[in-house]
Amino acid sequence: MENIKSQSRRDFLKSSAIAGGGLMLSFSWFSDAKAADKMAQLNLAETWSELASYIKITPDNVVKILCPNPEFGQNVMTSLPMMVAEELDVDWKNVVVEMGTHDNVKYGPQFTGGSNSVRMYWKPLRNAGATARQMLIEAAAQTWSVPASEITTKAGVLSHSSGKSAKYGEMSIKAATIAVPKDVKLKSPKDFSIVRNSKKNSEGTKVVTGKPLFGIDYKVDGMLIAMIQHPPAFGMKLKSFDATAAKKMAGIKDIFSFKLYDDGFEQGGFDTRTFNEMIAIVGKSTWEVMNARKKIVAQWEPISETKETISGFGGRKTVNNIPARLETTAKQFELMAEMSKKPANQIRKDGDPETAFKNATQIIERTYNAPFLAHNTMEPMNFFAHVQDDKALVAGPLQAPGWMEPTLAKLLNLPADKIEIQMTRMGGGFGRRAYGSYVYEAARISQKMKAPVKLIYTREDDMTYGIYRPMYTATYRAALDANKNLIGFHVTGGGIPENPIHANRFPAGAVDNYLADGWEIPSNITIGAFRAPRSNFNAAAEQSFLDEVAEAMGKDPIEMRLELLKKAKANPVGKNNDYDASRYIGVLELLKEKSGWGKPENAGKKRGVAAYFCHASYAGHVVDMVIRDGQPYVEHVTSAVDCGVVVNPDAARNMVQGAVVDGIGNSFYGGLTHKDGVSEQNNFHNYRMIRHNEAPQKIDVHFVENDIDPTGLGEPPFPPVFGAVANALFKTTGKRYYNQPFTAEQPKS
Amino acid sequence: MAKYNLKVNGKTRQVDVDPSTPILWVLRDHLNMPGTKFGCGMAQCGACTIHLDGNATRSCVLPVSAIGKSAITTIEGLSENATHPVQKAWLEHDVAQCGYCQGGQIMSASALLKSNPKPTDEDIDNAMSGNICRCGTYLRIKEAIKTAAKTSNAK
Repeated sequence: MENIKSQSRRDFLKSSAIAGGGLMLSFSWFSDAKAADKMAQLNLAETWSELASYIKITPDNVVKILCPNPEFGQNVMTSLPMMVAEELDVDWKNVVVEMGTHDNVKYGPQFTGGSNSVRMYWKPLRNAGATARQMLIEAAAQTWSVPASEITTKAGVLSHSSGKSAKYGEMSIKAATIAVPKDVKLKSPKDFSIVRNSKKNSEGTKVVTGKPLFGIDYKVDGMLIAMIQHPPAFGMKLKSFDATAAKKMAGIKDIFSFKLYDDGFEQGGFDTRTFNEMIAIVGKSTWEVMNARKKIVAQWEPISETKETISGFGGRKTVNNIPARLETTAKQFELMAEMSKKPANQIRKDGDPETAFKNATQIIERTYNAPFLAHNTMEPMNFFAHVQDDKALVAGPLQAPGWMEPTLAKLLNLPADKIEIQMTRMGGGFGRRAYGSYVYEAARISQKMKAPVKLIYTREDDMTYGIYRPMYTATYRAALDANKNLIGFHVTGGGIPENPIHANRFPAGAVDNYLADGWEIPSNITIGAFRAPRSNFNAAAEQSFLDEVAEAMGKDPIEMRLELLKKAKANPVGKNNDYDASRYIGVLELLKEKSGWGKPENAGKKRGVAAYFCHASYAGHVVDMVIRDGQPYVEHVTSAVDCGVVVNPDAARNMVQGAVVDGIGNSFYGGLTHKDGVSEQNNFHNYRMIRHNEAPQKIDVHFVENDIDPTGLGEPPFPPVFGAVANALFKTTGKRYYNQPFTAEQPKS
Repeated sequence: MAKYNLKVNGKTRQVDVDPSTPILWVLRDHLNMPGTKFGCGMAQCGACTIHLDGNATRSCVLPVSAIGKSAITTIEGLSENATHPVQKAWLEHDVAQCGYCQGGQIMSASALLKSNPKPTDEDIDNAMSGNICRCGTYLRIKEAIKTAAKTSNAK
């Protein structure tokens, strides 16, 4: 048994009787900073996170568990309550799940992102379940006048050897009066009966019957519909507009321009500034608003260089220059190529890479490029807002309500506790909904209209007014000696507007002479997190490059990786290597076994392999490719993942399968390009998405079985898909693929 | 504006809207039936799929004036409590991730099975490739369709 002390002096657990009787246990804590390493990277304050959730038990034994984190398809509304129910020891059939409320003042950000939900809640939620169970035991002990230590529980029933027994519900009112125990014991993983057993999506029935779950479905009486007209190009702004004709159209209430941020406004760390002034069109129904919007005659003009002040977490202030420029993708790639040749900022150096490259018998050098990616969540951005003089309600799809609340308070000049944020189910997020400028837009419009308003983006708005995956480039160099040993490694990376390279990732730690450096080019095109930020590019580039290096060394690509990892495990080079070589090796071994890698029966297959570490987890894929109708087609994928304890195995498999399909789609087709600042793709007719007939026939998912506390899952399986696809393409077509998407033109070799 | 009597999920509903209004927005804004989803507005993603006289139809580009006497079925009308074989199969395979596209997927799948009770993989690809799932649940959708096809009362 694992003995858990109450987390810290800031923690508190409190109980209270709920209306109608029964026990309500609410809890709060500062999350384990180690488990939340990704959050730390995002510059959050050290005492960053108070979170809250509730357990309610009715006298008739219904257990309600509130999910603290917003749901965007990662299935937290099932997996997080499972963790509570496990330790509470209740029958899962009696559990009702509800999305929790948001309370930033008391509980801090309830953040969905960074593959964090399960890992950051793993101990606190189990602790909460175990605490409630202990209070129920105590209540029964007092009622029956027996020692608490003699009482056992099973599936929501308390029992004593004397024959006495009671359902939790019967003890719930008394339990609410019991002092909250300081120390509770958590189950050992071998005793899990809910966790590690697949449970169906707690919202599945609502999804398949079309219930109003999503932000875009939100509706109240008297609600108006709003749309925005943003500038037609990045680097442009509103000059003037005439809406006389549009205002006269049926159902239109008002058309006006508004500023997202006032001059000199200090933005929060996740407040983006894409276009600061837009035209709002407000009316009674969506179609009427769409039609009126077309009648607006607007003039736009180029921006001048703009400064924005970001007040990050922990009070760190930065001032960014937003350059005035109408960007064209081809020219931006040329600019990146020029930057790549200049000296860059060193981010890691081990040994003497210069000498290693000087002494090399063979140097392999390859450059990889990738374009902006649009998130393209199926539910376009939207948000409901009802701003009144003394309070505001906003509701909709949002990954990081806690980060938006302080900005809303400033924009609306309301205290944070007068702002209610309701978290609806999200029709996808992938990072996009961590940036809430659409929330502010809805609030601004509602404030002006003095009415409840739902802002809806069209698909075109969503795609052309995005927070994209950045453009990246990286040049990798490997030095081999006369015996084809890898004696030096150098990666230089850069991007618009961020450098993708992680300083301390593999193969750092496995090569004696190692150098990593990078640079950045500012842009007025807004970027942000996209499923495994930076990793989704690095895994493609690095894992393709390692495939070529293995080939040059005359080694099998898996064996070559294993040799390097074994070296990193036994004798790590340098400091701060951020991966655990043993777990990395474990995933590759499992992948080798499950894919039948190197087995005679698979000799004829065109296979590519890649494995990657991110969000504290390890994932790898073997991709089997064929030529179908003259085109490369991924027919079968074998996946291996080490994410520690797998809370809900079938849902976890679903997520890995989805990541594989997403990775194949984005590696083949993904890309948003610009001409003079105008997005060249604006809807699904010209932004190609992977479809049914392009998905593999089979994706076999295998998890490394261990008792390690859960690590990330939503993101880690995504990045290595790109590399595995690129390496399979080489086997299938004889050509190496350096530029994403792989359907784009490739460099001549 | 014009008045229309629409047959929606077996009931007659009257709306007074501009004749060009797509059925998608009639359902969502005027009839309070948000199960049919907005995805692209140009019949590229399938999130808005309904049945028009039993055939899968993209409601985002279908003006209300074109409906006439045709019967509309939406995801809300397929069954109230997920008793339709396709909905049951979706739950059995735990298909959904975010779930936003799944109403449209289910409407396309149920129309397919009505016209073709034993579809091949290729039939499924052909019928379903107009429905995008951004979460990538395509494999489970295909499995669910095959499961639904096996249940005798698939309609």
